[in-house]
This record gives sequence, C-alpha cells and structure tokens, in this order.
Amino acid sequence: MAQIELDGIDRIFQLGDSQVHALRDVALHIEAGEYVAVMGPSGSGKSTLLNLLGLLDRPNAGHYRLEGRDVTTLSADEQAAVRSARIGFVFQSFHLVPRLTAAENVALPLMLAGIPAHERASRVARALRDFGLEGRAHHRPDELSGGQRQRVAIARATIMRPALLLADEPTGNLDRATGQEVTALLEDLNAAGMTLIVVTHDPTMGERARRRVLMEDGAIREDLRRSPEPA
Amino acid sequence: MSPADTLRFASRAALGYPLRSALMVLAMSIGVAAVVMLTALGDGARRYVVEEFSALGANLLIVLPGRTETGGVNPGSFVSSTPRDLTNDDAAALLRLPLVLRVAPLTVGNSEISVGGRLREVMVVGTSADYLDIRGFGVASGQFLPREDFGRASAVAVIGETIRAELFGNQNAIGRMIRLGDHRLRVIGTMGPAGRGLGMNSDELVLVPVATAQAMFNTGALFRIMVETRGREALAPAQRQLEDLLKARRDGEFDFTVITQDAVLGTFDRILGALTLGVAGIAAISLAVAGILVMNVMLVAVTQRTGEIGLLKALGASGRAIRLAFLTEAGLLSLAGALAGFALGHAGAWAIRLAFPALPAWPPDWAVAAAVGTALGTGLLFGVMPARRAAALDPVQALMKR
Repeated sequence: MAQIELDGIDRIFQLGDSQVHALRDVALHIEAGEYVAVMGPSGSGKSTLLNLLGLLDRPNAGHYRLEGRDVTTLSADEQAAVRSARIGFVFQSFHLVPRLTAAENVALPLMLAGIPAHERASRVARALRDFGLEGRAHHRPDELSGGQRQRVAIARATIMRPALLLADEPTGNLDRATGQEVTALLEDLNAAGMTLIVVTHDPTMGERARRRVLMEDGAIREDLRRSPEPA
Repeated sequence: MSPADTLRFASRAALGYPLRSALMVLAMSIGVAAVVMLTALGDGARRYVVEEFSALGANLLIVLPGRTETGGVNPGSFVSSTPRDLTNDDAAALLRLPLVLRVAPLTVGNSEISVGGRLREVMVVGTSADYLDIRGFGVASGQFLPREDFGRASAVAVIGETIRAELFGNQNAIGRMIRLGDHRLRVIGTMGPAGRGLGMNSDELVLVPVATAQAMFNTGALFRIMVETRGREALAPAQRQLEDLLKARRDGEFDFTVITQDAVLGTFDRILGALTLGVAGIAAISLAVAGILVMNVMLVAVTQRTGEIGLLKALGASGRAIRLAFLTEAGLLSLAGALAGFALGHAGAWAIRLAFPALPAWPPDWAVAAAVGTALGTGLLFGVMPARRAAALDPVQALMKR
C-alpha cells in the first residue's frame, strides 16, 4: 500500500460562466519516504494538486487515500486533525504570523494541537537549534532574513513530525545561495524518512529529486523516476 | 487549543493591531460611559426631587379646603353649596385624634413690614408652634411661636434670615417691635438659614400665630392644615380618622381634600423614574451602535487576517479553535471597553457632582450592570458573526489572499 493513492481526481473551478479543469483524471501513487518534484508551466495544476494532497482543497471527483484511509469524505475538522498530525506545509511566501516571534510561529502547530506549554518550549527550542535559529527565537519575522524566515517556516512545518512534507515553491522568494541551503534542509528531512513533495519551477531543484512528475493542462504528462544515485 | 492558549493568542492578536483595538475599545467605552453618566444624571434628578419632598417631613397629611370630586346628594348639600372653610377649630379637633402627633394650621398672605422707616413686602404665614418641627426648620435666636390655643392672637412674630438682615442689619432683632400691616408685633425669634423644601424659603417669611394672621387678613379660614402622624404606618388609618372627623364636623359633607406626601412623592418618583428609563434607553442605543462597530471592526479583522486564518487551518486548526480565538478576541476587547467605559462614566458622574453639588448624580447599580452587561453581550454577539465567517473560510482561498 502506497502512502498516497490518488485515483481519478478531477478538480473543476467555476470562473464566471466557464469551467476550468485544473485537474483531469489524475492518478498518482507515492510511497512513504519518496522525494517527488512536481513540475510544469504555470496553470498546469501543480499547486492545485499540492493543495489536494494537503487536504486544503477537495476534488470534484475521485478518491484520495492517505495511508490507506479515504480522506476525501472526511469533515473539515477531521481533515484539520489529519493535517495537524500528518502533514507539514512550506509556502513560497513563508506565511509566518507577523506579530509572533520565530519561536511562537514554530510553536503554533503544537499550540493548535493542544500540547502543554512546557513540552512545547523544549520541542521548539530543539527545533530552532536543529535549524540554526537559536539566536533568533525572539525575533519577529520582519527582523529575519528570507532564508531565516523559510527555516522558521520549515521548523514549523516539521515540529509535529509529520509523515508528509509539502513544499510549494520553497525557494521561489530566495536568492540562489539561500535557496540551495533550504533545498539541502528539505532533503535532509527527506533523508530522515519524511515524504517530500515539492512544487517547483526550478529545473536544478527538479533534477535533484528522485522522482519528477511533469504536469500539463491538469494532467500528468510524465512521471520520471531516477534510479537511486550511487552512494 | 487549550483555553489558556486561546486567551493568550487572542490577546496577542488584539494587541497586534493597536489602532483597530483602540478604536473599538473607545467606541465601546463611550457607549458604556454614556449609559452610566446619563442614568446618573436622570437618577440624580429623581433623587433630588425625592429629597426635596422628604425635607417636608415624611409622615405628613395635608388638608385642603374644597373638593373637586363629583359626589351624590348628601344632607350637607341642602345646607350649603359652597365648600366650608377649614377653621382653627377643625385644626384643634384634629390634634385630639390619637394617631396625630402634630397639627399646624396655615394661613398665608402678603403684607408690608416696616421697622423704623424701612419698609418691604413680605409673605406672612400664620401658623402654630408645631410648624417648626413639621417643616424641620431651625430657630437661629430667640424662640419660635409660643404653644398656645389656635384662637389666641398673640402680637408676636418670628422673622426669616433675609428679613432680619435687611431690617435690622447687625442689630439685635429679638424683642424689637415691627409693624406688619396695621398690627404692631414683637419679634421673639429669627429663623436659621433655610432648609430645603420645594422652593418655599423660610429666609423671606414672617411667621405669626395663626389667629394673628387671620385678624390681619380679616378671614376665619385656613389655607391648609398640615398634620403629622405618629409614624409612617399610621398614615393611612390617620387619614381615615381625619376624614371621618372632618366629615362629621361639617354635616357629613366631604368638602375637603386630604393629600399625602407619599402620593405626591410617588407621582414624582414615577415620572422621574420614567425619565431615567428614557435616558437609559437613549444610552442603550448608543451601546448598540458601539456593538455594531465592534462587529465591523471584527469583520475587518477577519478580512485583514484572512491569510493568517488560512495558515492556521493549514497547520491543523479546527473551525472551533478559530471561532473561539476570534470570539475571545471580541470578548476581550468588549471587556476592556466596558471597563474603560465604567471608569469613564464614573469619572463623568463625579464631575457632574462636582459641578452641581445639589444633584446626587450617582449612577444606579442596575444601569451600571446593564451597561457593562450589554457591552459584553453586544461585543460577543457581534463577535460571533465574524468568528463564524473566519471559521468557515475555505483554507485554500484564505491562504491565497495575502
């Protein structure tokens, strides 16, 4: 059983009178621990696919089984619980809460999951240390560099130790050097066993992934697997 | 999300947008302060009037000649058609009733007072010794009218403070003779500075024995008889006894009117109570407006923070958690507004009391409770809608907005 099983997924947006097929009959299986880059031109549906995978959006047709459980029929709050426990998000624009410090941003998922404050503090401190942010714990996002912000966001995405990490253009707002730094961080997490799915325009980042899914017009055009690189 | 976390998150959010929060607290506090101050004003006016009346003495019955009620034919109708006057004998008879403590007959007229060439117009009140206690006046020097038969026209007078000052200046007034109309009277006392009491000011009165006044104005009739009963509970039975007695004294005819202090007081109390309620109603509207403002501000907050809501959802926040967070925020802001308004209103009432010491402008407890309660209520009520809207936002749509 694959970790992610998508079958016959359709996603149709209603724009005025016209219907836009963002996804057409998409089928995709992803095993636990895979590193997948979803690539394609703008409007090819890759972000929609990522949103569906992250339970932020619902398909109009088809089935999505996450770890063997059909999650398309869950209620909004049940989906929220699944997101909380199993899925981490990294966004292109970081999506940090501006009035909260780095530590508080990282602690958000723990707080939402109802984990007591003293346990949160130690877990947040460890996460910040792991991502090289210990000196920045009490800085607000506007006092952080882009790379630091994205590291805070990744720390936040992984603080609940999710099985699945979804990244939407994680290096899109970063310069080349910090982009590579962030990519390396994500790959380390993948190496530690977390399934990593990255939506990206960046061909070099795509090259690094072991599996590339190329999308066009809401459908998967190519699904390339690279043989494991020699050790 | 634990309640403590919700509270912390909501308060951080409220403090995170100081201008918005300050505006909302301001609106709320003005609403609450309006209720507190306006009801303080209304209730102060009510209490002022009530106090004025109670200064007259609480257990008072006032007998007036004449009757405005329509009645059937009775034996008295054949004897006379005009109401009989109230007389000194009536007053003396009332004094013998067991429930009556004091009786003061009253004759009032205007006359000229002159001392050594100084002349002025004064109001002359003919009454008896008990008047002093019934009205709660005080004598500054000398003595009040002597306790004697109502029919006895002693040639003595007690003068008010203003009259004394104008006619005698720094000289001693006691024992001096004054001319009041055609009568020469000896001043036996002066009144202390006036107590309050329905604009009737003892400062400018000349008080003489009732028979003296009747002789002066050439009448045998009384303007009023004031009757003080033994205690408040004796008021109703005393009124019955009094009516029976006076009716018997005038061939069964009910040609007089008895009013109680209570009835007058009650009427005023009701009128001013209604006034206070009306004022409170106006203030409540301003509170409702404040509540709507809270709703607007919260709606703006939701719109402003759509991205944040989307993020919280992506991070696994349930609809309930988001609803609670926004509702808590609205509640906190309303609470801050209510408390600020409470303080502001009390400060305002204090300023009113400072400016008008005569007016006991204390806000009634019910108004304060209602104001604070309504503030919290409207704040929460109008917070629910934006909170629900926030919770119902589609996570993708919310995340897209930035």
